[in-house]
Amino acid sequence: MYLAKVKVTLKPAVNDPQGITIGRALGRLGFDTVDSVRAGKYFELKINEPERAVAEKKVREMCEKLLANPVIERFSFDLEPA
Amino acid sequence: MKFGIVVFPGTWSDGDCHHATSTVLSQQAEFVWHGDRDISRFDAIILPGGFSYGDYLRCGAIARFSPIMESIIRFAERGGQVIGICNGFQILCEAGLLPGALMRNDHMEFRCSWINLRVEQPDSQFSHLTKKGQILHMPISHGEGNYQADPETIATLERTGRVLFRYCDERGGITREANPNGSANSIAGIVNERGNVLGMMPHPERACEALLGGEDGNVIFRSMFTPWRQPADVSQRK
Repeated sequence: MYLAKVKVTLKPAVNDPQGITIGRALGRLGFDTVDSVRAGKYFELKINEPERAVAEKKVREMCEKLLANPVIERFSFDLEPA
Repeated sequence: MKFGIVVFPGTWSDGDCHHATSTVLSQQAEFVWHGDRDISRFDAIILPGGFSYGDYLRCGAIARFSPIMESIIRFAERGGQVIGICNGFQILCEAGLLPGALMRNDHMEFRCSWINLRVEQPDSQFSHLTKKGQILHMPISHGEGNYQADPETIATLERTGRVLFRYCDERGGITREANPNGSANSIAGIVNERGNVLGMMPHPERACEALLGGEDGNVIFRSMFTPWRQPADVSQRK
């Protein structure tokens, strides 16, 4: 069993209105050193696979197929035994 | 013409699409559940607006894997007419039938209002009853209608005349103020390369009767079932 911690973020070139709005709100709260904010998504997946390589391949497939939209997003993940 | 109106869990504009095509425009229309696979009895498919699967993960991301979508992809590949409205547009982008993606509105607000659309391309099976530059008045109702794609894709859409509609002001001007969601080049509706799949954020089915505020939406459905010969220069555009 493996635990995959998947991060999905917007590609750097893609405008992120959500992050900009959060950044402005932080500024209003007095956190005036916040230069920029990028919002993203985080998933934890428990995977019933005995082999690390297989688990890794499947998580990659899940990211490419569903968890991230390759048009606007990119993903990264860590695998740890669970 | 027989319209198939696809219903996902969370679709909400299916009834409006049915009313517009059947009661108002006297065509045949039938609801079809997203779990069905057989759509062979239809001449055209409508993916209506709403919040399929609660908009979980990304708008349209989960609907895209419904059983019916495989049939719709094959239907489109054979040249069948598919129109995706609002959430339907988002589903078509997620399914790869149209390029690009619909992101959160740049001002972060949900917008429900009447807007103006300028016809950019009347040489299309969805707009041949309009004139270039004609202004259509219809409602929008979305929080994620901000059309974006990489610069090459946008340039290709523009160069090949695949941008059918743009948001404009009441005189047809393309301005920042008249763009309700931040879409690149004020794009409101695009077609695929073959021209048989249209995605648009505004709701033509909610502008089908004067009683509802306007009838400009009908021209899109009427274009779909009115015979049209594709001009040679359009078929050759690349």
